[in-house]
Amino acid sequence: MGCAASTRAHVLDLDAAWRLHPQVALRPESFGALAYHFGNRRLSFLKSRKLVAVVEGLDEHGSLRTALESASVTREEEAAYVSALERLASGGMIVPVR
Amino acid sequence: MTRLVEQFEAGLEAPICLTWELTYACNLACVHCLSSSGRRDPRELSTAECKSVIDELQRMQVFYANIGGGEPTVRPDFWELVDYATTHQVGIKFSTNGSRITPDVAASLAAADYVDVQISLDGATADVNDRVRGAGSYATATRAMERLAAAGFRGFKVSVVVTRENAGQLDELKAIADRYDAQLRLTRLRPSGRGADVWDELHPTAAQQRQVYDWLLAHGEQVLTGDSFFHLSAYGQSLPGLNLCGAGRVVCLIDPVGDVYACPFAIHEQFLAGNVREPGGFGRVWRESELFLELRQPQSAGACGSCGSYDSCRGGCMAAKFFRGLPLAGPDPECVLGHGEHALAARGHANVPKPSVDHSRRPLRGTPLPMHGG
Repeated sequence: MGCAASTRAHVLDLDAAWRLHPQVALRPESFGALAYHFGNRRLSFLKSRKLVAVVEGLDEHGSLRTALESASVTREEEAAYVSALERLASGGMIVPVR
Repeated sequence: MTRLVEQFEAGLEAPICLTWELTYACNLACVHCLSSSGRRDPRELSTAECKSVIDELQRMQVFYANIGGGEPTVRPDFWELVDYATTHQVGIKFSTNGSRITPDVAASLAAADYVDVQISLDGATADVNDRVRGAGSYATATRAMERLAAAGFRGFKVSVVVTRENAGQLDELKAIADRYDAQLRLTRLRPSGRGADVWDELHPTAAQQRQVYDWLLAHGEQVLTGDSFFHLSAYGQSLPGLNLCGAGRVVCLIDPVGDVYACPFAIHEQFLAGNVREPGGFGRVWRESELFLELRQPQSAGACGSCGSYDSCRGGCMAAKFFRGLPLAGPDPECVLGHGEHALAARGHANVPKPSVDHSRRPLRGTPLPMHGG
């Protein structure tokens, strides 16, 4: 798991700051949330409440790593959360802060 | 993390695929019309009522609605409603036969954010299309696509109901969409509305179903299918798209008079959940209607319970079964393993339900389908 996480980290820089795209809205659902991008009309699913907490917390954190930590994502969970964030990034749901 | 399909089957806080038919009025009379459209219903929702539905969709965070009809653009307040929706965080994708897509309309659509257009086309050639949609409709749709492309509208949708006549034209249909920088959308012919009258002649043969499945395995990522073809996954592999019946769970229909049905193919009192004019409006119907709550419970597999493919196909389409007089717990009439054909042969004709809503223009209903022999 640790190895997978560190490999993943090369794709998505955990030390960079990210934010929710301004045209994305989150709708709470029992499993987590539904994210909709009004610009590219993509729909994504945030499949846990903890992932919702990570995404909602992005603005307050200078890096993905601290956003993950403050949502209590454990080391064991990290790889799964990073790949979920990568999916959101590839759909333009979250974007790097420049 | 949870399996999404199970979450979907238990229902969401609000639909993710809401179809809203704004009018039963239509200038065409397609033989397979799922909503038996033609004449405007005098009880149609007013402009103000439509706006209050939009307000509610905004509150519920229904991020977009698929607007249809009838031909929605014949409503005099159509553009006003589109503007109202898109300025209230409800994106619009509307289906049209293209007859009102003038160069000016195409230009304003190309410039609009949050508006998407879907042109209906049921054949790659005029003869195939026009036999289903009426004389001249291929030329009308083509002109609309040309205008949208010329105006710089990228990625509009070309929406095709797969029939026995066009199932062999999927490559050509995709080429048409590609030519206009559009995206192909394929949906399944259901025996709903006037579709019930022509289903026997027009639904794809078993061999064609297999071809459609193979084609979707090869091209499915590039075309839209919604939840149309999950019954085909009993051939083996799951297809791209939504592999479950979304009715009342993630999908529903608001019809022109505000009636809320479980899905666009289920316009019948048996699938009527309520009306947006009732206290509590659409939100209450979605959250509390008995019908929808029941659909969100685990469903009985019935006669399909002993079939090894049930986990893939989930017994197929509720509306297709209902309008062919088959039990909802049991095989789809187009079950790829042939169980539907046996069920149809066994059921006789006594139990086929009559449509409870019909807005067809009178002289047209019952006109024989002008099909060639064979």
